[in-house]
Amino acid sequence: MGGLVAEGPGLRLDLDVFDYLILAIYFATVLGIGFAARRAITSSSDFFLSGRSMPAWVTGIAFVSANLGALEIIGMAANGAQYGLMTLHYYWIGAVPAMVFLGIVMMPFYYGSKVRSVPEFLRRRFNTPTHLLNAIIFAIAQVLIAGVNLYALALILDALLNWPLWLSIVIGAAIVLTYISIGGLSSAIYNEVLQFFVILAGLLPLTIVGLVKVGGIDGLFDKVRNSDLGDAALHTWQGTANSGNPLGANWIGIVFGLGFVLSFGYWTTNFAEVQRALSAKDMSAARRTPIIGAFPKLLIPAVTVIPGLVAVVTVKGLGASSGDLTYNNSIPLLMRDLLPNGVLGVAVTGLVASFMAGMAANVSGFNTVFTYDLWQTYVRKGRSDEYYLRVGRWATVGGIIISIGTAFIASGYDNIMNYIQALFSLINAPLFATFIVGMFWKRMSAPAGFWSLLLGTLSSLTLYLLYLGDVVKFNSDLSESFWGAGLAFTTAVVVAVLVTLVTKPKPENDLRGLVYGLAGTSTSGDAVLAADKVWWRNPALLGGIAVVLALLLYIPVW
Amino acid sequence: MTDDEELKKRSAAAKLFDIRRVIGALFVVYGVIVTLLGIFDNQSEIDKASGVRINLWMGLAMLALGGVFLAWQWWRPPVAPTDEDLQTSDETPSGT
Repeated sequence: MGGLVAEGPGLRLDLDVFDYLILAIYFATVLGIGFAARRAITSSSDFFLSGRSMPAWVTGIAFVSANLGALEIIGMAANGAQYGLMTLHYYWIGAVPAMVFLGIVMMPFYYGSKVRSVPEFLRRRFNTPTHLLNAIIFAIAQVLIAGVNLYALALILDALLNWPLWLSIVIGAAIVLTYISIGGLSSAIYNEVLQFFVILAGLLPLTIVGLVKVGGIDGLFDKVRNSDLGDAALHTWQGTANSGNPLGANWIGIVFGLGFVLSFGYWTTNFAEVQRALSAKDMSAARRTPIIGAFPKLLIPAVTVIPGLVAVVTVKGLGASSGDLTYNNSIPLLMRDLLPNGVLGVAVTGLVASFMAGMAANVSGFNTVFTYDLWQTYVRKGRSDEYYLRVGRWATVGGIIISIGTAFIASGYDNIMNYIQALFSLINAPLFATFIVGMFWKRMSAPAGFWSLLLGTLSSLTLYLLYLGDVVKFNSDLSESFWGAGLAFTTAVVVAVLVTLVTKPKPENDLRGLVYGLAGTSTSGDAVLAADKVWWRNPALLGGIAVVLALLLYIPVW
Repeated sequence: MTDDEELKKRSAAAKLFDIRRVIGALFVVYGVIVTLLGIFDNQSEIDKASGVRINLWMGLAMLALGGVFLAWQWWRPPVAPTDEDLQTSDETPSGT
């Protein structure tokens, strides 16, 4: 775990009473939102799906914010310092097309079929075993990732503020527990929206002061060109004909590995994300949710990748393999060097907020799937709605207690970013394959869904274990997760086709509204288009603008 | 969608407070604190930030952001969804 933050006093920030006041006001606001959101909860649907009442701008910001955890921010600044501008691929080709695809093509199926979770969609499209398998994998993954967030929060607070680990873990867990178990998803979403603005307010001064220090963008690029990174770090596509570039990946790997399998897998099937769109007030708002999220996603690298580059040219010796000067410490180091008290408090608050929001997204995904997909479907059917609302609150408590346990599992890993990437390649890639085939090929049978998901997951798990056991070798952990994702995707598609050929298809009437070309009333072309009466609310148009902007942004840094 | 569900949906939407007010209030408070700190910043703090009066500028920017959210909420107060809204949003409850 030394990869993220090292011991020692080197990173210690000198917070004063005003910085702590800013942090304390934030904690009070978060808890206040939880208590205020409680008034709006009268049914389990209010608790788990915000009563499907959220406006699109709220769900859109929450959608991008659920992804904007502190791990992501710290990790992307680290990648910026290590790989240069090629990190932009994670934001542009690696996110925007998938978000737009989710909004335009897939959301009519998710929202229109009125499912309450991604596993529930699988139950209706395929069968119960597929549903059970996915629900269990998802629930386990969510508490593992929540534990990682909790542990990373504790490490950061230990390094920056000298808080003991156990104290940060207990405080972080207690605050998230309070506002989710009381206020449910509304509380999580509202806090995500608030957190989005707070983290930007924390990162913006870092970027501004950093750029002034190095003489603007031109000064920064000059200094990077003369640094060890060199000119290659200032290009995104040039030099991707082969793998002789900072990222070590060629354009095929970037387009298909990152841009297609990993990115589509993450954004389109990860329930912690999709849940935000399911809480939107109508179909049009649900479809616009990921597309509205794509616009901030385009611009976020300005406050993560640029500080990473500033750090590499201003912090002497950055890039050590251990100690205080690892790439992962780029943002904390700049906070220490550049920010005076005041904005420093805002920046620390932003980091703390984003850890809590990341954890809250995992926990609110977990309690929904546990309650609706596991408890209500397999353990206690047909009870009253109040009963399931109570189960949801207890599931939140249980999920958080388990997260505290998994936080200590995470402490056993050297590099938590790679641990998370490995989890994504195990979970999302096969699920995406099963989904995409099932959604576009009505012939795909129910057993095919189960076997493709199971064997796809097992294939990448096997590769991961062989890699850990040194039986199979890759250039880097990143390269393993790319190949693992590719293998899982291919296996899942092949198995889906083979099993379908020898089994009976589901009757077409059972698939209406779930499969492309077999539209239910909600997913026919007319119904989908009719929802968008004003042109500036048209998801296809907004999505097209987002993709074009991504292309244009690439031009100056190709 | 049944009448019962419809009623619940409307009540949930109506009862939920407006997040714009919370964002606006938080940023106005942050803006005031940080702006005041910025006004009284001493030279060593300004030097730390490469000569930028970052507290002053960020404080004013946060004050402005908070003001925009409060003004937006005042300009377009939240409305409980009408019957028409609920119908257009749920024209197609398949499966329920």
